[in-house]
Amino acid sequence: MTNYFVLAGIAIVVAGFALRLNPMLVVTVAAIATGLIAGMDIAEVIATFGKAFNDNRIIAIVWIVLPVIGLLERFGLQQRAGAVITGMRNATTGKLLLLYLAYRQVTAAVGLHSTAGHPQTVRPLVAPMALAAAEKQHGPLDERTADKVKSYSAATDNVGLFFGEDIFFAIGSIVLIQQTLATYGYNLAPLELALWAIPTAIIAFFVHGSRLLLLDRRLGRPRR
Amino acid sequence: MITIQWLYTLAGLMFAGFALLSALDRSNRRRFGNAAFWGLMALSLLGGDRLGDFGNGLLVLGLAGLAGFGFIGRSDPPTTSGEERRAFSDRLGNKLFLPALIIPATALFGTLLYNYTPLSDSGLFEPKRETYILLGLGVLLALAVIFAWLKPPALAPLQEGRRLIDAIGWAAVLPQMLAALGVLFAAAGVGTVIGDMTQSVIPKGNVFAAVAVFGLGMALFTMIMGNAFAAFPVMAAAIGVPLLMRGYGGDPAVIGAIGMLAGFCGTLMTPMAANFNIVPAALLELKDRNGVIKAQIGTALPLLAANILLIWWFAF
Repeated sequence: MTNYFVLAGIAIVVAGFALRLNPMLVVTVAAIATGLIAGMDIAEVIATFGKAFNDNRIIAIVWIVLPVIGLLERFGLQQRAGAVITGMRNATTGKLLLLYLAYRQVTAAVGLHSTAGHPQTVRPLVAPMALAAAEKQHGPLDERTADKVKSYSAATDNVGLFFGEDIFFAIGSIVLIQQTLATYGYNLAPLELALWAIPTAIIAFFVHGSRLLLLDRRLGRPRR
Repeated sequence: MITIQWLYTLAGLMFAGFALLSALDRSNRRRFGNAAFWGLMALSLLGGDRLGDFGNGLLVLGLAGLAGFGFIGRSDPPTTSGEERRAFSDRLGNKLFLPALIIPATALFGTLLYNYTPLSDSGLFEPKRETYILLGLGVLLALAVIFAWLKPPALAPLQEGRRLIDAIGWAAVLPQMLAALGVLFAAAGVGTVIGDMTQSVIPKGNVFAAVAVFGLGMALFTMIMGNAFAAFPVMAAAIGVPLLMRGYGGDPAVIGAIGMLAGFCGTLMTPMAANFNIVPAALLELKDRNGVIKAQIGTALPLLAANILLIWWFAF
């Protein structure tokens, strides 16, 4: 007899996240509900959840890189990243963003994902530089066009981060995949998982990169 | 033999340091909340195996309670000013990136060296955990290089680390919580239930249809929850493990790695992922708060299709 009520845990996660409740609480409630519905008593549920948390401690070890990154920030790592990005002066908006995409993917792939981001680099550097490049080529921009350039700047940061960071094996998502699959008896090496992030990273570069070059053409078109 | 417990001890000592410095930080109104939260993480890493399952369960409830009821706050540990940092950046140049590269280089080349030379017969490292152990070694090497080169104050690594971990806050523990939730889903038979349901919908023996449902499911669940980490244990239990891996014998590494990336395509398309999509729209003062998402859909959809094809080609 299939017990469909065990799906309540999924419903709790979806509803809890949609209502913007604290995810730590949502996950805890979902776990306890799922266990109770499956017929465990409360002590058994807490013990099962505790054992699972303890078995997955390896996910927490990705944070041991923070003292190194923090120390380097103390000596100007963010400012250095800013200087490298400012050095990407380029004739067109699309080519500038393409260069930033490559920078973001490569740095994320070696674990330097925290050197860039929306507050650190997009708002102060990338978006203003992309706007300046567009204005130099096409004259003053109307608000819609300027917003489009800014949106693409932020989008490029996200795409570069998402499809670069998984090549670095010591990242939450890779360890989460490894540990989740270990529950089912599949023991995978982190580097094996990181390796399989490379094909998508390359495709992401070409797909988003060609859209950036198309953006140049669209900006050049006379305004409707 | 160097086991993963050595690394847990190293990380545990780091979290203990964060906890201690948090407790002493009078500038943070919630300093005891932060101290308790990182202290529990330290306890878990240092002594988790001695707490017993129920003890660990109480520890997790403690973490969730501290995070969920707003007991932890941002801190402002001592660090350098923006001006000093600019001066350092100008003086040190791009060499500043090098110490950070020591970490992945040690882990990558160390793993290759260990696995493809007779070293692996020495039993120096716990099997399958060598990359993580080498990650820890890389961190220690990088710290040694930074200390020899730039001579920061002795407590600086812990203070700077605390600055970053407090900026991340409870989100630093969420992936581990989600993995634990995945274990409960598996124990309760969630995978079996969804597996039965989907198997009646997906044409029997059609591997491509199963892969497509898995990839689309990852993207959709991620869009609903705003978080691919949360979607993964669910979709793994539902389709990834029962159907793709056990049913059709697909390669778990391909399905896992690229499945997660299919989820990331969903992240690009949802306002629920506020940090990535809504916050930047505000930061850039866009008229349309969904402007960033609109700029991303044209990349996310073809990439999602590509991920589904990649799983289909490489996993089977």
